[in-house]
Amino acid sequence: MRAETFESRVRQALHAGRRWHPAEIAFWCLAFAAFLLFPSQLLLLNEIAILALFALSLDLILGYAGIVSLGHAAFLGTGAYAAGLFAKHVGGDPLAGLAAGMAAAGLLGLVTSPLVLRGTDLTRLMITLGVALILYELANSLGWLTGGADGLQGVVMGPVLGLFDFDIFGRTAYLYSLCVLFTLFLVARRVVHSPFGLSLRAIRDNPLRASASGVPNARRLAAAYTIAATYAGAAGALLAQTTQFVSLDVLDFHRSADLMLVLIIGGAGYLYGGLIGAIAFKLLQDAIATFTPQYWMFWIGLFLVLFVLGGREIIHGGVKAVAGRLAGIGRGAAR
Amino acid sequence: MLTILFDGIAYGMVLFVLGCGLSVTMGLMNFVNLAHGAFAMLGGYVAVQAMQRLGVPFLASLPLAFLAAALVGVVLERLIYRPMYGKSHLDQVMFSIGLVFMAVAGTDWLMGSTQQFMHLPPWLQGRFEVAGIGIGRYRLFVIAICGLLAVSLQWGFTRTRFGSRLRAAVDDARVARGLGIPVNRLFALTFALGCGLAGLGGALGIELMGLDPSFPLKFMIYFLIVVTVGGTSSITGPFFAAMLLGVADVIGKYLVPEIGAFIIYALMVVLLITRPHGLFARVRA
Repeated sequence: MRAETFESRVRQALHAGRRWHPAEIAFWCLAFAAFLLFPSQLLLLNEIAILALFALSLDLILGYAGIVSLGHAAFLGTGAYAAGLFAKHVGGDPLAGLAAGMAAAGLLGLVTSPLVLRGTDLTRLMITLGVALILYELANSLGWLTGGADGLQGVVMGPVLGLFDFDIFGRTAYLYSLCVLFTLFLVARRVVHSPFGLSLRAIRDNPLRASASGVPNARRLAAAYTIAATYAGAAGALLAQTTQFVSLDVLDFHRSADLMLVLIIGGAGYLYGGLIGAIAFKLLQDAIATFTPQYWMFWIGLFLVLFVLGGREIIHGGVKAVAGRLAGIGRGAAR
Repeated sequence: MLTILFDGIAYGMVLFVLGCGLSVTMGLMNFVNLAHGAFAMLGGYVAVQAMQRLGVPFLASLPLAFLAAALVGVVLERLIYRPMYGKSHLDQVMFSIGLVFMAVAGTDWLMGSTQQFMHLPPWLQGRFEVAGIGIGRYRLFVIAICGLLAVSLQWGFTRTRFGSRLRAAVDDARVARGLGIPVNRLFALTFALGCGLAGLGGALGIELMGLDPSFPLKFMIYFLIVVTVGGTSSITGPFFAAMLLGVADVIGKYLVPEIGAFIIYALMVVLLITRPHGLFARVRA
């Protein structure tokens, strides 16, 4: 009997996490409403949506599974090149290209996951960094395939679902990216609130204990890594499709470092961290770019240093406090 | 072929001087300082500027590079590095990457993004032949200086009181502290020494590796390889790692230039895969 009550308690806890919070609904309504509210900023919004998806991917492995990575750009780049090449050589259908990008990045994640599962944090950081650097060099030297330093040109996209053409204002692009982000977010939400997601957190918090209670650590981490790689591949594919261009920049080290900053701003370990971080990061970048277009790198460095010195959960903590208060109000009203 | 080998050794020597400071700080405080290259860049710029603006002779500019980098190292260690020691590796990595970015952009702003050149005195220019091997005078000079440094570091590390305290602190900082060894002061000194060596290496390496604002990012991975492959508890480990890396890199670039830096990264990943635990995982009680 006790086992049953325990099981039902776990099930209840999982269900509670799965329930939609009013703030979450408001967040997504705002995201879709942004299309109407800021019609002149759609290109920026599109970038935010893509970065948010990319950050969501890193959050899945860093925040939930505790795998540190300095080379997440590898998957973004793989997805971008796969989608770009797909559009160039096979066909211009965006959804098929998206699937191709996700599959390619997921495959890379699966293949490299045994490397990442070894050793300490430091070894992981170096291996992920090394893998990303190798891919960068590969893309650079395989000029006949990727266009090398000139970038992959001649990517022509067909309309989404055969109906909506991409335009220069980014209308289709934003809605397309946002829909993909939302869909993948729903999947991620389901994943992290499943027993699988729970086991990932168990591994993150105490690997020894997790494996002692029967969690197959290596396989779970490999699965999480592959899922995250697929997500990053989707972000890369979106990037390639909405800009209709792929350059070596997608594999560059600064992409991975930027992403870390995004998660530091937003906070890791809850799905909205990446999304909020992406919004803050892009707005910050945009604001700084208006008065000092060069030396963006200096500012990003400064923010990194300050955030780490000041404790990196500042914004995360703030958001949590506000959400907690909102929840309190909601509960009070229900009573 | 032997000429290439010789160049590789010179290159490896410079890498050793650049990287050995990092390996000691990493071993001592378990601190991942990716910004090590920034100190090397500082040394390089100080040497170049001193020679061009102030007319300091080449030989005098090298100690200047050392001193400048060491001084900045001490100040930064005191002010901003110290709070980072207790934090996680991820925090440390983010922090030092932030420093690298600031250094890169700051240097770009101050000095411009152009490649810097070293004007060598005439007695260091050119090359001569010994038994069919072309030997660059400057490379010979570099090998001599770095070799001397390596020997004296090894001596200092194994034979002096400072060295034995340092080794004790690297092995187990808590016990060392309990025995009355001033670990913090020791570390500040070592940090300064490591930064100074990086600065010296940066100045020496201008001729071999070039110097521009992106230097710390470009060579970050090289330092890390030296440290990961060489381990953190001795001078000889990083020395052989640097030699291996230098020779492999130079031979790779001479013989198969089209795959470029590929060899290095592949080498690193293979080494990390085959010896994942022996490299970083230091058993700490």
